[in-house]
Amino acid sequence: MTTIAKKKKAVQMDPTDVVQDLLKKYPTKVARKRAKQIMVNEAEGASTPEMGANVRTIPGIITMRGCTYAGCKGVILGPTRDIVNITHGPIGCGFYSWLTRRNQTHAETDADENFMTYAFSTDMNENDIVFGGEKKLKQAIQEAYDLFHPKAIAVFSTCPVGLIGDDVHAVSKEMKAKLGINIFGFSCEGYKGVSQSAGHHIANNQIFKHVVGTEGEVKVGEFKINLLGEYNIGGDGFEIDRILDACGITVISTFSGNSTYEQFATAHTADLNTVMCHRSINYVAEMMETKYGIPWIKVNFIGAEATAKSLRKIAQYFDSPKLTERVEAVIAQEMPAVKEVMDDVRSRTEGKTAMLFVGGSRAHHYQELFNEIGMRTISAGYEFAHRDDYEGRHVIPEIKIDADSRNIEELEVEPCSENYNPRKTQEELKKLEESGFKFKEYAGMIPDMPNKSLVIDDLNQYEAEKLIEIMKPDIFCAGIKEKYSVQKLGIPLKQLHNYDIGGPYAGFKGAINFFTDIDRMVNSKVWSYMKAPWQENPELSATYAWE
Amino acid sequence: MRKVAIYGKGGIGKSTTTQNTVAALAEMGRKVMIVGCDPKADSTRLLLHGLHQRTVLDTLREEGEDVELEDVLLGGFGGTLCTESGGPEPGVGCAGRGIITSINLLEQLGAYKEDKNLDYVFYDVLGDVVCGGFAMPIREGKAQEIYIVVSGEMMAMYAANNICKGIVKFAEAGGVRLGGLICNSRNVDNEREMIEELAKRLGTQMIHFVPRENMVQRAEINRKTVIDFDPKHPQADEYRTLAKKIDANDMFIVPKPMEIEELEKLLIDYGIAN
Repeated sequence: MTTIAKKKKAVQMDPTDVVQDLLKKYPTKVARKRAKQIMVNEAEGASTPEMGANVRTIPGIITMRGCTYAGCKGVILGPTRDIVNITHGPIGCGFYSWLTRRNQTHAETDADENFMTYAFSTDMNENDIVFGGEKKLKQAIQEAYDLFHPKAIAVFSTCPVGLIGDDVHAVSKEMKAKLGINIFGFSCEGYKGVSQSAGHHIANNQIFKHVVGTEGEVKVGEFKINLLGEYNIGGDGFEIDRILDACGITVISTFSGNSTYEQFATAHTADLNTVMCHRSINYVAEMMETKYGIPWIKVNFIGAEATAKSLRKIAQYFDSPKLTERVEAVIAQEMPAVKEVMDDVRSRTEGKTAMLFVGGSRAHHYQELFNEIGMRTISAGYEFAHRDDYEGRHVIPEIKIDADSRNIEELEVEPCSENYNPRKTQEELKKLEESGFKFKEYAGMIPDMPNKSLVIDDLNQYEAEKLIEIMKPDIFCAGIKEKYSVQKLGIPLKQLHNYDIGGPYAGFKGAINFFTDIDRMVNSKVWSYMKAPWQENPELSATYAWE
Repeated sequence: MRKVAIYGKGGIGKSTTTQNTVAALAEMGRKVMIVGCDPKADSTRLLLHGLHQRTVLDTLREEGEDVELEDVLLGGFGGTLCTESGGPEPGVGCAGRGIITSINLLEQLGAYKEDKNLDYVFYDVLGDVVCGGFAMPIREGKAQEIYIVVSGEMMAMYAANNICKGIVKFAEAGGVRLGGLICNSRNVDNEREMIEELAKRLGTQMIHFVPRENMVQRAEINRKTVIDFDPKHPQADEYRTLAKKIDANDMFIVPKPMEIEELEKLLIDYGIAN
């Protein structure tokens, strides 16, 4: 008979000792640096500890982070359907950033363009490096234009482009004048900044500079919002759209899941900016408030309760009894189905533990979903977040601006002479704030995490394995680079960059999907078969004759 | 086969000195190949009586993979073999990467093979060692001996000292050695003594002092080396002497670069300050 290995129980170790254990193997200098990015959460009661974040990864550590190009092209612009996104660089950069996050899109009619199924690259080779790649880039833009006649073309710089000094902006400008469509470039060379976060900022800047506000009102609606920082991974955006539509809320633009060029260009016609992923998109929200007078609020559609809360927050902003009524009706209609699955799954998942190391918001948002099925997050952290994503936006004035951040352009934004229009009067804003409504507020991940949980920024391979060894979580959430090494340790890994093959996980239906997927993963017997029977118990045993 | 690289500050006269020396070696019956490592592709002009028309990189770009050695290697004065890496126009691309590509290609094409019966390969490299590409000829054992062209001018000596730092780095890994300094005179006061002292401090020799002579210019405007243009001129003998000294040279060392303070003191001691 096959022996099923007993599930090893997590060793109850004091979190401070866990931290010491993680740091023990490091050389002194490395340990000192890493210690600033590893915290035992004491947010409840005590003051929030200062979290080391957005600092350079120590060379030699196998980081989970990505590069600036990945942040700009892969994350922010990648999910846009009708902009031809050309990677100026060797072929690998373009190919490996092509749809890896499973961003979905839905072109409504056959006439609507969808370029997401194409990977455009200038395929630089040695000759282009030696003699410069600008000519080839011009040819690529011309070719893309001749083939597809897109509304816009975006050009993304990879590392060698920065090294040899190809001027993507000058080429874009020249081709824009020649072809008469919007063409813009991004100086998002992979080596810039300390992580993909720099790429998000660069993407935000250029989209704001070159696209937002370039077209007039197209979509009409009573309650018009932009959904910022939602990337339609596994169809998340479709589910959120479905809910918002049921509530009678019009989404003018999504940055950038299932988005179109026109959405970006008309984003300034919305009356409220709702921010999902604070880290990757807060720059655009801030700039749109200054330039067009659109206030922004933080929302979260990950988790059924969180979704309901976000909908109510939007309704409260618009201050319309009709909208409030409709939102409540939608929540009342959707919740029972969620509750049913939630309660069922919870009976099997209650008390289990999770670790989340992903993104700049996801490690926070997904704790909601785990909470709803009674699973505790014992350790979490971001790959590329900044201090404000951990501790809340109130620390922004204290954040030291280092040379790496200064390397990224900071746009000077002023109110637009034509389109600046404060959506709410000062009195209205004040009244809302007095009733507890919070604008441009994000309290960060730390206050929402249980006391004594571990918060770790920029986790690396060694620490991941060590954490699993010590704390034995029931599930680990990260990305493809971590997936198989973690699973070889006998712990299921859920990818939260691309949801493996699952999703959507946002909204009400998404919550149901998530609960059933997690149930299946943490309660699967397969992990107990990791060791072969003969590794557990010898099939033969013997003794030496002289014993 | 001896593999020689010539370095030195930009404008010091590397290409002119190299080609005149190569012409003299050819005259002595040596079989010499010269590889120009400068995007301007003017390192073989005097031996070819005009600019090399098909650089390695241009040919590679135009012909793709179908490159023959004959396409890029031309015969010059006295049976010399001449090739130019070439490279991008100023301000675009990456010339350093170009040098690496081109030297690798020459190797693949068998430019250095035994059957070529070469006595010498000369690499004429542009300016200072600004990046990895321009260090290529002294990396991975491509060139074994280096001569630095220098004059009594301060910046030329600075550059020579800096190049020595580069040599030290690659000497440990690749076995490259410094063969000496060639003083290409600018008629600076105490020039000979100063460069001799500089050479001594670096642990090497001033292999030859080439006096300043207008004939060099005149030959150059006629796209010829002095040896080719006016073989009886005394300056031609200077280059012949230099060639003989290089041919007989057996002093190959790892240089000891100087601290900047020491270098400045040397300049002051030999009267540049006055």
